[in-house]
Amino acid sequence: MDIRVQTEPFSVGDVLDGFGKGSHDIGAVVSFTGIVRDTGGLTRMVIEHYPGMTERAINEIASEAMERWSLADCLVIHRHGTLVPGDQIMMVATASRHRAAAFEAAEFLMDYLKSRAPFWKKEFGPDGAEWVAAKDEDEDALSRW
Amino acid sequence: MIDVMYFAWVRERIGEPREAVETQAATVVDLVEELKAREPRYEAAFADLSALRVALDQELSDFDAPLDGVREVAFFPPMTGG
Repeated sequence: MDIRVQTEPFSVGDVLDGFGKGSHDIGAVVSFTGIVRDTGGLTRMVIEHYPGMTERAINEIASEAMERWSLADCLVIHRHGTLVPGDQIMMVATASRHRAAAFEAAEFLMDYLKSRAPFWKKEFGPDGAEWVAAKDEDEDALSRW
Repeated sequence: MIDVMYFAWVRERIGEPREAVETQAATVVDLVEELKAREPRYEAAFADLSALRVALDQELSDFDAPLDGVREVAFFPPMTGG
């Protein structure tokens, strides 16, 4: 399990090249990358987090995914600080024997990271700045697990 | 003495990210009431508890949870990770 909370950008290619290496029973690797979207003239986004709790929360979520889908490996990278449209915000990767588990576990990770990892996004645009509000559907998404 | 932390717009309304609070509050709600009685900026931050979440020693918790033995309390809006 590899969990990184950082301000620096990352290379998805480099990360995936090294992911799951050394294990011979991996048949599937799934990855997801979240990118800052330009919605209505967004100029930048600042992501705040809760150092300590962030790592702890992601660790719990990833551990549950590892156990539930018997993953061979699992990776979460989440950035904080100032990002601009086109920047990568985060990525998850899962490795398992078969693809169904890898896909499902990746979705589970995304759903939980969205509303159970202590990050908050503030968007800056032509009309000023605004904290991104959590959506009901994000909370509802957890009920399917 | 409890370390109280604020994040996102809660931090902005209160005007600081953390403070040490001398309190005998039994529960989170009691602590919130004590803070609200202090100054209007706390009143503004804690006006609607349904819009807030609380973590006790870095674990999500509830407003009616006891503060017995808790060292760190954090208040913040619903999280928007991912």
